[in-house]
Amino acid sequence: MCRAVGSGTTAESASDTGDDGVKPPPFAYHAPRTEEEALATLGALGEDGKVLAGGQSLIPLLNMRLAAPPALVDLARLETLDRIAVTDTHVRVEARVTHERLRRDERVAAAVPLLRQALDWVAHPVIRNRGTSVGSIAHADPAAELPAVLALLGGWMQLRSVEGERTVEAGDYLLGPLESDTRPGELVVAATFPRPGVRTGTAFEELARRHGDYAMAGVGVRVTLDADHHVGDASAAFIGVGGTAIQVELTEVLRGQPYDALDKAEAIGLARASIDPTADIHATAGYRRHLAGVLLGRALETAVRHAAGQAPPDSGSAPEGPGPTESAAPGSAAPGSAATESAPTGHASGGYREETA
Amino acid sequence: MTTRMVGAPVARSEDPRLLRGEGRFLDDLGHDAYQVAILRSPHAHARILDIDVTDALEVDGLIAIHTFEDLPPRLQQPMPLLIPHPALTAGRTQYVLADGEVNHVGEAILMVVATDRYAAEDAVERITVDYEVLPAVVGPENALAAAQFVHEEIPDNVAAHLQQTIGDAPRAIAAAPHTLEFRLDIERSASTPMETRGTYARWDADDRRLRLYTSTQAPTSVRAAVASFLELPLAQVECIAPDIGGGFGVKIMHPWPEEILVPWVARELGHDIKFVEDRREHFISSNHERAQVQWITVGFDDAGRVLGLDVRFIHDHGAYIPYGLIVPIITSTQLIGPYKLENYRVTFDSVYTNTVPVTPYRGAGRPQGCFAMERTIDRIARHLGLDRTQVRGVNFLQPEELPYDFGLTFQDGRPYCYDSGDFPASLAMLKTLIDWDGFEQRRAAAAAQGRIIGIGMAAYVEGTGVGPYEGGHVLVEPGGKVQVATGLSTQGQGHQTAFAQIVADQLGVAFEDVEVVTGDTRRFQYAVGTFASRAAVMSGNAIHLAAVKVREKALKLASDALEVDVEDLELAEGRVRVVGSPDTSIDLKVLATLSNPLRYAFDDSARIATQFATPADPDAPPVGDDEAPGLEATDYYSPVRSTFANGMHAVEVEIDPETSDIRILDYAVVHDCGNLLNPTIVKGQVLGGVAQGVGGALYERMAYDDHGQLQNASFMDFLIPYATEVPAVRIDHLETPSPLNPLGIKGAGEAGVIPTSAAIAAAIEDATGIVIDAMPISPSQLHERRLARPVTAGEGTP
Amino acid sequence: MSTTDHAATATTSPGGTPSGTDVEVVVTVNGVPRSATVPARRLLSDFLRHDLRLTGTHVGCEHGVCGACTVLLDGAPVRSCLAFAVSIHGREITTIEGLAADDGTLHPVQQAFQDEHGLQCGYCTPGFVMSACGFLADEPAPDDQTIREGMSGNLCRCTGYAGILAAVKQAAGALRTTGADPRAKHDPAAGGQR
Repeated sequence: MCRAVGSGTTAESASDTGDDGVKPPPFAYHAPRTEEEALATLGALGEDGKVLAGGQSLIPLLNMRLAAPPALVDLARLETLDRIAVTDTHVRVEARVTHERLRRDERVAAAVPLLRQALDWVAHPVIRNRGTSVGSIAHADPAAELPAVLALLGGWMQLRSVEGERTVEAGDYLLGPLESDTRPGELVVAATFPRPGVRTGTAFEELARRHGDYAMAGVGVRVTLDADHHVGDASAAFIGVGGTAIQVELTEVLRGQPYDALDKAEAIGLARASIDPTADIHATAGYRRHLAGVLLGRALETAVRHAAGQAPPDSGSAPEGPGPTESAAPGSAAPGSAATESAPTGHASGGYREETA
Repeated sequence: MTTRMVGAPVARSEDPRLLRGEGRFLDDLGHDAYQVAILRSPHAHARILDIDVTDALEVDGLIAIHTFEDLPPRLQQPMPLLIPHPALTAGRTQYVLADGEVNHVGEAILMVVATDRYAAEDAVERITVDYEVLPAVVGPENALAAAQFVHEEIPDNVAAHLQQTIGDAPRAIAAAPHTLEFRLDIERSASTPMETRGTYARWDADDRRLRLYTSTQAPTSVRAAVASFLELPLAQVECIAPDIGGGFGVKIMHPWPEEILVPWVARELGHDIKFVEDRREHFISSNHERAQVQWITVGFDDAGRVLGLDVRFIHDHGAYIPYGLIVPIITSTQLIGPYKLENYRVTFDSVYTNTVPVTPYRGAGRPQGCFAMERTIDRIARHLGLDRTQVRGVNFLQPEELPYDFGLTFQDGRPYCYDSGDFPASLAMLKTLIDWDGFEQRRAAAAAQGRIIGIGMAAYVEGTGVGPYEGGHVLVEPGGKVQVATGLSTQGQGHQTAFAQIVADQLGVAFEDVEVVTGDTRRFQYAVGTFASRAAVMSGNAIHLAAVKVREKALKLASDALEVDVEDLELAEGRVRVVGSPDTSIDLKVLATLSNPLRYAFDDSARIATQFATPADPDAPPVGDDEAPGLEATDYYSPVRSTFANGMHAVEVEIDPETSDIRILDYAVVHDCGNLLNPTIVKGQVLGGVAQGVGGALYERMAYDDHGQLQNASFMDFLIPYATEVPAVRIDHLETPSPLNPLGIKGAGEAGVIPTSAAIAAAIEDATGIVIDAMPISPSQLHERRLARPVTAGEGTP
Repeated sequence: MSTTDHAATATTSPGGTPSGTDVEVVVTVNGVPRSATVPARRLLSDFLRHDLRLTGTHVGCEHGVCGACTVLLDGAPVRSCLAFAVSIHGREITTIEGLAADDGTLHPVQQAFQDEHGLQCGYCTPGFVMSACGFLADEPAPDDQTIREGMSGNLCRCTGYAGILAAVKQAAGALRTTGADPRAKHDPAAGGQR
């Protein structure tokens, strides 16, 4: 359940406990210095190439010899792809940004609170210091938090190769357990999370066996209230209860309910019917289904209060921003003039200074 | 007098070195050694048909590959059955490498030697083994049902069947006003020290001498085993336990196959060889413990007094039984706890399964026994509607009844006899510490907020300081340092500190001047080992006795030198001085020089010593018949029987009404291990034990599937608690000194882990009303149990 | 800019280093430039322990769960078993050997571990100490729950954590008094520590 290898690999390791190791198998090593070089390398390697970013999921798999890619393309020496851009429509996170840097970024927390809400649950600080957010989404662990965040906010991934760039929306990118739509030769360069609109609240809840482990079930919730503080629309994305993050639209069952007297039963029922948990040594499928509903209820309460707290009913005083579905079209999310960006600097101090573009 | 060290919370002298990263753990040694990787069975039960190493031969860095066939005849013999027992009629042990058949996932099949571990693993990966997979026996009940066999020649899968009795339990139960009958289950767990096993061998071809470093709790025994398998004179083998990164029982097992293979291949190849087990290997090749199924019948009166107790259990000892019946015998006896049982019958079958062997893990059968007894007491209380502490109270042995001999035979083959303790006093302390009587108010307040809380407790008695003996050597050097050695090893218990405290007090020297070495056969050759909470009791007392001898010798030497009666002398501040006139004194280091008739003046103290040299009696030899040169002594401590520590835990838990998540709100411990050598160290032992107990109660289980595959052979899925999962613990000590040894101490190493599962089960049961009869328990399991309501109290036959 | 130029390094154009080829890794460890030529697959933990012979960093699982191998990478705690040495070429590492003063005086975090009995066997200890140093740099005045969560992620099998948590609390106080960076080598003269 702990997150180093991934929640989906228990069965594989179990069936293969006989003679695995703890030292990685040999691989050809590439450490490109530029994105162009990286793309050329990945293009030349095709199926044989595997991108190494933070390595917090990949290296355990290598150590246990559950994966043996012929070649690794290490992003460690790139001098780019380490920016966080916060614009008035979205937060764009590049491939080398670590979980912890993203989690601590106050601009990110203000623009897309769900990111910090979710990242607080990701493993432990020591893992977050090295693991990358984009890498986590690309790894597509069904119990990972960030794929759910991407799905819930209607975000998208940018992938580049020597052939060009493509943008894939969350729903199309996350294909199944440890399976994402990253093609041979492609480098996932960024994930973009649209900013939620006014009176939109979010929350993330999960329950793990131990602090920092992959959750037995977890859920991210996004609720938008109308001007009277009744639910306008609502959605949830569940983790650990299916092959990938499972998004459940809750607008139909929650619309019009006052934020301070939610009747969540129907939403919980719908959610429990929509997910597909399986049993493992830590929890039965039935328990996960039950738990997902309980957590949904709790997350909804937090989210509506979060939404209501942004603006009192009818005030309309909150800064207007585009709703989550009104953001710029996928692909046009390059940092614009309204964006502030940060790149890590001053590594030697161990802290992160922000640079504003 | 110098400030008394024994009993003081002295800071550990081990710490600065370890904190600076200067520890010398097994894998910190031998950087230039070749490394070993072991090919292990992926099947729980299989015949080996063929081994093909062809592809591995091309691996860069490969040095050698050995299978069973490549071993010399002595190494083709089965490993020793360390502790035979008359009831152990079908004992089987493994081979250092499998002889054609494997009986658990992880059993060693062949050994690869390479220039480093990376290359060794590359080679292992390229070796192909063909197996004929055989049906696997998994689970104690399946083993006893014996539809399949682990070992063909043992068709009932039973290694031993043993019964012990006090009085006539069946008759007492039949005559009792109330009886209950129920079943309990405890799953497998394991020691899982943070440092895995490891062995590093250096063969000196010039001296034909072997030096073996191994991460063990029993270096002297490993030495003897290696000398035997390698057919070397004992004098040519030295075995050293360097810093050990935790043991908790698993490293008392010896010899491990690698402890034989590594020195053998070092001699064969004439090169340093090292094996360091990886974490996954540790799960599938290092021993487990705990798993038992128990059936209990109890008869009792209206007050809850147990009139008769009949226990039958199956003990799952895995594929082999190298450590004999120690664990189930401890369960059988220690189950009794602090209670006066006059009619007791206990019967067990120790059965083979196709799983990792079972040998002691901290607690060693006691947590299972405590679970059985304490769950029984709770059921009685529930059945009668009595307070659980009250039922315990009526069953306690009273202080004036101690020592109390139950008439059973303990693990050491000696009478099962409690030496001291005051159980009613301990219970009173515990109730105060946790505010037991105020709990119903807390429960009501919590319920008003929609919260579910519960309280539980458990008591235990722990036989500690098991014999047969340990020894100690104390030497005052002419330079002034005091060198102390004992044969058993240290895995974090602070022996350097505690033993130095003992010696500092006896010799009146500074604590800082005492240097303690443990687990090095070059320094002390005879020892038993560090297990059964015995190190402080056994080696502590042995070192104490040796220090007393040195003290006497120093007094005699000083008496001669100062021409003062021994009765008028005292040891303090590193000197022997005249009581009342401390200016007349002599330095211990001068006495150390005086103690040796050969007195070359290498330094100042030697020059001073010569001034004291009294004219020798020309008719007597310089070293008398009952004398030896040197201010040193060796002594051994060998008790007639074990000393019994005891304690009680109480715990308050909260159950999330919706998720069934289990949170520990409060945890209280009352602990009685006699006199405390070092309260800080004892507290640390208890706290660490409780954390392991919490792990065993709520998180840790070895999850085997029906095919004998361990499904959670990693720290990802075998859930050792982090700091966030371990509660704050409050401890109170009662000190009833042991009458059995000079220091009045009892062991403390295992105490914390023994009652934890029982106490937490009781608290969960109290919170939810659901009878908790199996541990560990997870939120998911508790949820399923709550769904399966309603549960009625007082099951059984009134 | 987190990497520096070294002529003889692993970095290459698309050809890369073939499987099994050794590469030179240059890093600064405890303030001292160190280099070794190792295979690309050499884990940072093995590189420190066996190539640089800094054995204070321990390995307990080699799959990123136990935290015994924690070191500071450019001041932030990371698992050295979940990084390749070659990936940290040009960067700065602090290990347990880099904390005590030159005369052996313990760093405030180390001293607190002794004072509060925060270690028994000592195997997990270097990882805890390094994690604590990183944690205290971010949280100079943590409350008990913050400490508990901050130290979660490292496994200890001996202590039950109570002494460790107390030690972190003590160290936080000591470091606040002197204002010393918890990740820096201890300087008794500057710090006024014992």
